[in-house]
Amino acid sequence: MLKITEGSYAVAEAVKLCRPQVIAAYPITPQTHIVEALAEMVANCEIDGEYITVESEFSALSACLGASAAGSRAYSATTSQGLALMFEVCFNMAGLRLPMVMTIANRALGAPLSIWNDHQDTISLRDSGWFQLYAEDNQEATDLHFIAYKVSEDHNVLLPGMVCFDGFILSHTYEPVDMPVQEEVDGYLPPFTPYHRLDAGDPISMGMYATPEYYMEFRYQIQQAMEQAGKTLVAAGKEFSEHFGRDYGSLVEGYRLDGADTALIAMGSVCGTIKDAVDEMRDAGRKVGLLKLRAFRPFPEREIVAALNNVNTVAVLDKNISLGNSGAAGTEVKAALAGSGITVLDYVIGLGGRDVRKRDIARVVDLAEKGEGDMFYGLRTEVL
Amino acid sequence: MSAADWQRIDRLPNIYCAGCGNGSVINCTLAAVEEMGWTRENTVFISGIGCSSRAPGYILTDSLHTTHGRALAFATGVKLANPALNVVVFTGDGDLAAIGGNHFIHACRRNVDMTAICMNNQIYGMTGGQGSPTTPRGAISTTTPYGSAEPVFDLAELAVAAGANHVARWTSYHVKELMAAIATGLQTPGFSLVEVMTQCPTNYGRRNRLRQVSDMIEHLRTHALLVQKRDRLIREGKPIPEGMFVVGELVRRHRPAMGVRA
Repeated sequence: MLKITEGSYAVAEAVKLCRPQVIAAYPITPQTHIVEALAEMVANCEIDGEYITVESEFSALSACLGASAAGSRAYSATTSQGLALMFEVCFNMAGLRLPMVMTIANRALGAPLSIWNDHQDTISLRDSGWFQLYAEDNQEATDLHFIAYKVSEDHNVLLPGMVCFDGFILSHTYEPVDMPVQEEVDGYLPPFTPYHRLDAGDPISMGMYATPEYYMEFRYQIQQAMEQAGKTLVAAGKEFSEHFGRDYGSLVEGYRLDGADTALIAMGSVCGTIKDAVDEMRDAGRKVGLLKLRAFRPFPEREIVAALNNVNTVAVLDKNISLGNSGAAGTEVKAALAGSGITVLDYVIGLGGRDVRKRDIARVVDLAEKGEGDMFYGLRTEVL
Repeated sequence: MSAADWQRIDRLPNIYCAGCGNGSVINCTLAAVEEMGWTRENTVFISGIGCSSRAPGYILTDSLHTTHGRALAFATGVKLANPALNVVVFTGDGDLAAIGGNHFIHACRRNVDMTAICMNNQIYGMTGGQGSPTTPRGAISTTTPYGSAEPVFDLAELAVAAGANHVARWTSYHVKELMAAIATGLQTPGFSLVEVMTQCPTNYGRRNRLRQVSDMIEHLRTHALLVQKRDRLIREGKPIPEGMFVVGELVRRHRPAMGVRA
């Protein structure tokens, strides 16, 4: 049923429908509305689970790791500095192959201190072994939670996953969201059946020391699981469309790429703006399209290569910067398209909440078609 | 320098809500700093994250606005790098008692020569009123919609137990006593904690039947139990009234301190 709701409350509602058993989170803007809503749902017995008001994000994810290890469906949400504080636990959780889903309301990292949106927080965790999905709007943010739990808990995957949606731009925006009912979600997402768990009747030791004879093989298996996560995401996305009528059966989404000379690549809410900008440019006779990356981890290299077969120029919009190199998606798209003859240019854009407007998208296309790129777009040179 | 000379007038109006107690705490601190005769050249204010931690932004001297909970750890580095500096830390209950709890007890244990002023409004104010480790039992917050069920930290007693050389607690109502306590903290070699029970009308009071600012301040005043009175009650074998918190100087001592100029 369609309902007008704030992005954070839509996510909280989606999480509730996933029947989490342990929720642990710490307040941080702009994520807080999600966990406030969940705290109330637990207090009202709408969720049959525990809510832990932990003392830090580090404790939040640690508690979730423990809950998952004990065989429970765990959930947390955070952003920015909070995610940075979780760094150590993120790697541990993936390494222990413990499933969970965490929502990230993407926000810039300090210093300087900023509460506004970019993707630096999650991009900085791209090597942690969590799969990462980026939502364009609140409907997608809602739906990706059902898919993420299904994939995370799949015994061929067993990796934690992040559902990333843009702080404030989505988290604090009211949009119509088609919210499934409990029976529908139960029909799609089965209860969590742990592959391995702490069970006194069948004792195992988790998190033990791996000598050099074994460490690399563990890491290799995580990498294999991540590759499997890509396939499982596609399958779970297709199954989702059979249940709910909305199609997430690909790690990427093309928009008006047919006959495009120039393709933009982006992640998150800016894709909505780009689609409008593409429509206007198409109306003006310019052959422009968009390739949205829904998954950044696993990186959808094959899908990108297939989707951009016929374009001449690719402009990657990165709401992050790998300082000392360039935007993360730009670097990886360049690697994916190496040798194809396609010109790939990277634009670091919209950092720390700097608005990205339709005319900025058009200017990026202008620059790309002139071969100018690999740059910060929209710098205020008067304050430099 | 007079207290007014320490204000960054160009940063006004500040972000604090109408009726917030933090302004009183900042004013008392600056008055104590004036009393000490400190100058901009030898004074640094350090803070973490939260409403309390915005304070250094309104004070005209060097300041370090750091990450959530870590102010004392950063301040320890500043003090040991340059022991000639007077180091004052502004923090809050979420910053000090929750995410920064570990740094807090170790700063007390090491007895690092600095003064930490904790604006304890018993709630995460800046993020919209979630329950903190000092939210009283039964109090309503956005994460405890039917009342907090967890016991609270007594920050001042924690600091005493962990080894701080000076610990005092007052409220935003007791401005004269607070100013004097901060001045004592600034003079004391070693770690000083001055905990200030302060009002958050926006995110605490309005959810807890203390809708008016004056209601909150009156609540703080009437629930403050002077330490001497508490001790007398204990001596006489009488019960301590429920819901009261102790105010006054809890400890002043001379344990060896870190970062004290020889």
